[in-house]
Amino acid sequence: MAAELHVALVAADREVWSGQATLVVARTTSGDIGVMPGHQPLLGVLESGPVTIRTSEGGTVIAAVHGGFISFADNKLSLLAEIAELSDEIDVQRAERALERAKSDDDAFAERRAEVRLRAATAR
Amino acid sequence: MGAQLRVYKRRIRSVTATKKITKAMEMIAASRVVKAQRKVAASTPYATELTRAVTAVGTGSNTKHPLTTQAETVTRSAVLLLTSDRGLAGAFNSNAIKAAEQLTERLEREGKEVDVYIVGRRGVAHYNFRERKIAESWSGFTDEPTYADAKKVAAPLIEAIETATAEGGVDELHIVYTEFVSMMTQQALDARLLPLSLEEVAQEAAPKGEILPLYDFEPSAEDVLDALLPRYVESRIYNALLQSAASKHAATRRAMKSATDNAGELINTLSRLANAARQAEITQEISEIVGGASALADATAGSDR
Repeated sequence: MAAELHVALVAADREVWSGQATLVVARTTSGDIGVMPGHQPLLGVLESGPVTIRTSEGGTVIAAVHGGFISFADNKLSLLAEIAELSDEIDVQRAERALERAKSDDDAFAERRAEVRLRAATAR
Repeated sequence: MGAQLRVYKRRIRSVTATKKITKAMEMIAASRVVKAQRKVAASTPYATELTRAVTAVGTGSNTKHPLTTQAETVTRSAVLLLTSDRGLAGAFNSNAIKAAEQLTERLEREGKEVDVYIVGRRGVAHYNFRERKIAESWSGFTDEPTYADAKKVAAPLIEAIETATAEGGVDELHIVYTEFVSMMTQQALDARLLPLSLEEVAQEAAPKGEILPLYDFEPSAEDVLDALLPRYVESRIYNALLQSAASKHAATRRAMKSATDNAGELINTLSRLANAARQAEITQEISEIVGGASALADATAGSDR
């Protein structure tokens, strides 16, 4: 059995996903970071962006994460986000509409959020 | 039907209608308590992880931050009071307001100015009626607060803490909310939220003296702390909002239950009175008939003679 780490993706109001994984790729403020089992304890600030989790069963879970933290210790990884959505929860059409709206309203924050959502949804 | 009886019947009808309404409100509140409790439970993993992370930075580095530094002399404090938008919740709001007033009094005795921030229309109405100053207020979400609402509340408070006191900022932040102990017990209490004491947070995260690993900070300990602390404050406020909402629903449920019980009792009393009135009416009618008959009998007996 390959080494694995326990991942908990937690949003402010619910636990979005948790399970065993072999690799987690997330984007911190200083660049993309990949965490594999046995990584050194880490605490970082996340950028808005998609997070890729390679599960032990060989599947891939992609989630859109908006602001938050990544912390890893004792082979337990927690991704804390104010807002987090799994890619299969995202309605592509709605995200596209939100992107259009954000663009026309000149709302940079909403635009970024919609973009991240779309990227996560299309990457699955 | 006599006038007296009619009045009783009418009152019984109206109390029965009231009882039906309060019963319905009781049931709605009961289902909302469960929902609110579930939300409190759902927000716990995030809060726990965040507390752990704050402890990790706090103990793993010697970084200073405006949110954790205690001012040498506190001249102005902010008090955040959580009430509800709607009443019909027994003493829920007045208990919270009373706790806030006691806290304000205590702070003023210590020579501090107090800025009051209020969530919920009830608290706002109370302060407006007494023409007291409110620094800022929010309402419209107290029944089902979301994380976005907590962010909205936290933003000006964090800003006030980070502003120098001379420029209108505050040195500390207290929060007054109603803790949800159980379905039957809710307690209004006040707590100092800021400046944050990292030792206390560490106690909360690892009460058994568990040693945290030496973290590698990305990009740096200062930046991580900078991003973490506001989130931590938001999550504490979110938790307080959720507990307050759960407490409010529990208080409503209890208030409505006693209203329903009272209505039931009132109906019983009124039915007894109505029965007595009906009985009195019948008795009177009988005595009138008997009286009339005997008067007639007396009159006939007189004419025979």
